[in-house]
Amino acid sequence: MTTTSSAQHTRRDFLYVATGAVAAVGAAAVVWPLISQMNPDASTIAAGAPIEVDLTPVAEGQDIKVFWRGKPIYISHRTKKQIDDARAVPVASLPDPETDQARVKEGHDQWLVVIGICTHLGCIPIAHEGAYDGFFCPCHGSVYDTSGRIRQGPAPLNLPIPPYAFVSDSKLKIG
Amino acid sequence: MSGPSTYQPSHPALQWFEKRLPLIGLIHSSFVAYPTPRNLNYWWTFGGILSMMLGVQIVTGVILAMHYTPHVDMAFNSVESIVRDVNYGWLLRYLHSNGASMFFIAVYIHMFRGLYYGSYKAPREVLWILGVIIYLLMMATGFMGYVLPWGQMSFWGATVITNLFSAIPYVGESIVTLLWGGYSVGNPTLNRFFSLHYLLPFVIAGVVVLHVWALHVAGQNNPAGVEPKTEKDMVPFTPYATIKDGFGMVCFMIFYAWFVFYIPNYLGDPDNYIQANPGVTPAHIVPEWYYLPFYAILRSIPSKLGGVIAMFSAIIVLAFLPWLDSAKTRSSKYRPLAKQFFWIFVVGSAASPRRASTSLPAAS
Repeated sequence: MTTTSSAQHTRRDFLYVATGAVAAVGAAAVVWPLISQMNPDASTIAAGAPIEVDLTPVAEGQDIKVFWRGKPIYISHRTKKQIDDARAVPVASLPDPETDQARVKEGHDQWLVVIGICTHLGCIPIAHEGAYDGFFCPCHGSVYDTSGRIRQGPAPLNLPIPPYAFVSDSKLKIG
Repeated sequence: MSGPSTYQPSHPALQWFEKRLPLIGLIHSSFVAYPTPRNLNYWWTFGGILSMMLGVQIVTGVILAMHYTPHVDMAFNSVESIVRDVNYGWLLRYLHSNGASMFFIAVYIHMFRGLYYGSYKAPREVLWILGVIIYLLMMATGFMGYVLPWGQMSFWGATVITNLFSAIPYVGESIVTLLWGGYSVGNPTLNRFFSLHYLLPFVIAGVVVLHVWALHVAGQNNPAGVEPKTEKDMVPFTPYATIKDGFGMVCFMIFYAWFVFYIPNYLGDPDNYIQANPGVTPAHIVPEWYYLPFYAILRSIPSKLGGVIAMFSAIIVLAFLPWLDSAKTRSSKYRPLAKQFFWIFVVGSAASPRRASTSLPAAS
């Protein structure tokens, strides 16, 4: 049998490439379930269903902490002063500019609902602490204001707002 | 592991076996006849000490796994019951938890020895990089092992470290969810960490084999940093290195035993004797002491992504060392300036934990 190398692309070259391509797709298809199994499973997703919170017992100036999807959610019943403080600050001066109005539901301006997880490395900030009477993270010293916006420290972003809606004036649905 | 062996077993049964699998010859040429530089000092015994520690960690770890329950509701109590109820469970648990610290003490001495005597320079670059890979694997293994007792530091350490990945632009959040197997650190996270904590030591053992192989191809460096010229500069591994390593191991074991029997919790954090609580962050989250220099870097940089990049770069830069250092002289013995910078680096690394464990001033 003679073997001649030719500069031309042969039918055999095509078969090699095609076989290799099929093998690569096959390997990727096998790897997919091995990676995908790491993502949240059905029970975890089911346990992450929306929750309802009754707001009647939360007095003005009080914060409550509820858990949704294993994350602490802070619900603050803000005082008039806290709202005014949050709205008085020039938005452009903030590290992560966002107006207070954009972070609460219209007509429910006294209610601040944020995920209580520091955007730095995931510690839980303490409510009603820090220079801005908002949240203070004890781990690395990030300070958030009464709108949950980052004001000082290493955290890059404002405290995130979970998806939520007011079912009624005194009932909140998170999720 | 350095070329075909000249070893000939005398017993006919061993000769029969050797012809089919030259295993005894391999061991003989690697650990008996293997020539070692005659001027090696005691800093060279830490390779052997590290092999011993890997063995200790695997043996105690496999046994602990027989009594441990990787579930968020039971993990903490199962560790407590190992200490209180299992026969000699206290010994096994403290051997394993202090063993991790001893492993890191030994590896840091081993690495600083390599830095001081220029052991990373040609022709030992691959040997050095394999060492960096082992170090990275050790860090991952140690971190996941610390999560398993499911105390407050376990939980919050896991939260902080996994959140480092959220600094990656665009895909960070998805990667973190994938690592957690949920929306926060929880049962799936604990389970997979247990699985990987069991797996990785065997991966380390595999890379150690490559590390030793590469060592025996290039030959050992020595305090002078000059390649041995003749047979007269060498002595056979057995008995010279075997005995010297053995003596080093015994001394190290005394040090190790002092921790295990007298101050078993000295290197741990009291907060880890409080069961994990996702609702309360401890006042000071600190990793195990062996990660503190890196944690200090993370905390010193006032930008999330910047801190994460700087922290990982501090490890990765080691892999490039053979090419960053272009000096022809290997040993710092003959490099006065390198020697000074070496000691500044040692003192700086040792002092950096202070930076990591003191809390930043509260905003005012």
